Amino acid sequence: MATITAPAPAAARGGDRRPLAGVGALARFALRRDRIRIPAWIAGLTLGSVVNLVSFEDLYPTEADREAVAETMNTPAGLAMTGPAEYLRDYTAGAMMGHQLLGFTALLAALMSVLMVVRHTRAEEESGRAELVRATVVGRHAHMAAALGVVIVTNLVLAVVLAGALAGTGGTGVTATGSLLYGLAHAAVGIVFAGIAAVTVQITEHSRGASGMGLAAIAVAYALRAAGDIGEGGLSWLSPIGWAQATRVYVDDRWWPLLVAAAAAAALVTAGVLLSTRRDVGAGLRRPRQGRGYASVALGHPIGLAVRLHRGLLIGFAAALALLGTMYGSILSEVEDMLAGVEMLEEALAEMGGASIVESFVSMVMVVLAVIASVYVVLAALRPRAEESDGRAEPVLATAVSRARWLAGHVVVGMLGGVVVLAAGGLGLGLAGALALRDSAVLTDAMGAALAYAPALWLTGGLAVALFGLAPRLATLTWVVPVYGFVVSYLGGLLQFPEWMNNLSPFGHVPDLPAEELSVLPLLLLTAIAAGLALLGLTAFRQRDLQTDH
Amino acid sequence: MPGPTNAETQPAVSVHELDKTFGQTRALDKLTMTVHTGEVHGFLGPNGAGKSTTIRVLLGLLKADAGRVSVLGGDPWRDAVALHRRLAYVPGDVSLWPNLTGGEAIDLFARLRGGFDRRRRDELCERFDLDPGKKGRTYSKGNRQKVAIIAALASDVELLVLDEPTAGLDPLMESVFAEHIREAKAAGTTVLLSSHTLAQVEALCDRISIIRQGRIVESGTLDELRHLTRTTVTAETARPASGVDALPGVHDLVVTNGKVQFDVDGEHLDTVIGHLHGLGIRSLVSQPPTLEQLFMRHYGEDLAAAGNGGS
Repeated sequence: MATITAPAPAAARGGDRRPLAGVGALARFALRRDRIRIPAWIAGLTLGSVVNLVSFEDLYPTEADREAVAETMNTPAGLAMTGPAEYLRDYTAGAMMGHQLLGFTALLAALMSVLMVVRHTRAEEESGRAELVRATVVGRHAHMAAALGVVIVTNLVLAVVLAGALAGTGGTGVTATGSLLYGLAHAAVGIVFAGIAAVTVQITEHSRGASGMGLAAIAVAYALRAAGDIGEGGLSWLSPIGWAQATRVYVDDRWWPLLVAAAAAAALVTAGVLLSTRRDVGAGLRRPRQGRGYASVALGHPIGLAVRLHRGLLIGFAAALALLGTMYGSILSEVEDMLAGVEMLEEALAEMGGASIVESFVSMVMVVLAVIASVYVVLAALRPRAEESDGRAEPVLATAVSRARWLAGHVVVGMLGGVVVLAAGGLGLGLAGALALRDSAVLTDAMGAALAYAPALWLTGGLAVALFGLAPRLATLTWVVPVYGFVVSYLGGLLQFPEWMNNLSPFGHVPDLPAEELSVLPLLLLTAIAAGLALLGLTAFRQRDLQTDH
Repeated sequence: MPGPTNAETQPAVSVHELDKTFGQTRALDKLTMTVHTGEVHGFLGPNGAGKSTTIRVLLGLLKADAGRVSVLGGDPWRDAVALHRRLAYVPGDVSLWPNLTGGEAIDLFARLRGGFDRRRRDELCERFDLDPGKKGRTYSKGNRQKVAIIAALASDVELLVLDEPTAGLDPLMESVFAEHIREAKAAGTTVLLSSHTLAQVEALCDRISIIRQGRIVESGTLDELRHLTRTTVTAETARPASGVDALPGVHDLVVTNGKVQFDVDGEHLDTVIGHLHGLGIRSLVSQPPTLEQLFMRHYGEDLAAAGNGGS
């Protein structure tokens, strides 16, 4: 009798077969891990949108101003960089948001979603932590469900915050309903890309690979909508970003494209879940590739090692800057028409000493390109710190490589790499601009303007090296430089910052070529300070203990 | 190159009253040890006792706060690069670059050290059963360890500094490793082998240093250490074994139906056996202490303290 009534072992009881067991606890854990990241993303995207809305209102106060802009936007290059032409019919500040900004911020929401899904699924598996967790009472799909749940909720919160902030700020054509649709369009893109990430994390064993495929999908989606908006619009319907722009928010307020996104997201998540049942924990659907068994000749020298370690990032940044430069360069001929007659800009140009619109546009674009290039330099200059704390520097420094040679290898590659990235941006801008304006001088102007920023990049890198030598745990503070540089240079003109704030940024001391004259002295000073900082870091590093985290 | 005239007299590694503190923590406290040229020296101690810190000072990766340190006749902090040409290091926890293959990492380490024997490297890959074509991120801990071991063994060096090199290796690979250490010793290489696998140290090492809380508490050959410590004696005597507990150096005496068992300090062994002889020895078993007992003698009180603290 007793054998019949004895309780079944826990595993056989229905409750613990649930594939989602433990999802609540995992979701709370994910929220706790991301308690800084999630608010930072939402705040950043909302703030950026509000600032843009305010600036549209300021720049184009009258209907005539707005119509003029709409007219200049109606070119292939203009539409490729913004959105479909339907927005131009009634070009209010709201329509400008939907046309010019929505595609860009939705792309950032997609980026946020991909990174979050990968972080809470594949990265956990790769580190081996998921194995520990899965060995407890946690269902097969709980990790994925928790990650997707957190990302979907984050996107919906973003939608509501964004809608509230924009409706609160107000502007021509910015309605409450439209703002809600504007927010939800971001959420739709974010959630579809969360679904795409749910598939990519099944494919490779590595979180970097999964993120990379997700980012590639974002790039493809952006390219498809750009191509679609230039042409008949058919290609835009293959892109989630295209669906968001198809809402014609603040113009027609169409809600149904959101349903397309919802259906696609559901299909992608289903595919991800089905694929996950066809692989083991920790494994990917695609087998890892075999690499070379012997090192090349170059990999026998600290410089060779540094080149190898920096290569991927360098190529990525150089390609991105070349592309961005080309995009800006290709609209140079339209810029002239677009900006002529905008009062605020003309005043600003007069202050700058009578440079042409094209020249001043090139200088403005160049600041942006230089700040992005400085992000590369910071990443590269902080590489020695990562090598040290992760324990990869130790075995290298236990060979016949001195600390000075090891660090110098990274510094040289990082600093020269920064110049390569700048030159790629300048080349893209110059070539595309020269073709658009049929004026070869644009190429030399753009290259000169780009390379003038090299000393500012070196100073940024030098600061990282100095911190690395003197206070390695504070080396990440170097990020303050590009962030500050971006805020001051990009928003400074708009928000009317005082001059001393500009002087604090290394980018503020670079002459705004080609709009200004070349002055060599500040460039020499920046270079000297950079060299001094790098030397200081090198000397300090030779005097201190190696600090490994394990 | 100076001639090998003073190689006999000059130790490969000599450390005198070395201090090292990290913030509030005193990692090394007047640590003194010597590794003779040509010997395999076991460096024993649990995690956190200061083994890796000592080794990092010997490699010039950490700077000594006080004390004298000499490696192959040089100052490891000042002459790091010159010394590193003559030694090879295997860290306890090997981190590799995720996008470099194991083979590339081996070649890189060996070349940065100043050249290596390509044929020997291939042989070692085969013996250790390592696929050198896989990317660093795909290797298990054991395979990452193998990469560092192969890079070290493929180089022609005077001193091998090995920090728990076999953690993560399976028993088969451990025996391949032991074989290569014996080979290196036969070729005249000095080996400093930090480990907490006592059996491995017992099998491979000529001399041993035991570290505890940043100090060397015992150092010498296994025989010397045994002599310094207690022998376990089990005896059956014709007359009841009375008075044994009163003898000097006797510990943990147990008497069970005519049998006595006790531990005796090495220096009193003769007196105690003399006393037993007077009682008429019927059987006598004397066991030298195992390395584990030696080790536990130094750490036993830590364990006891931990146990008491818990209850």
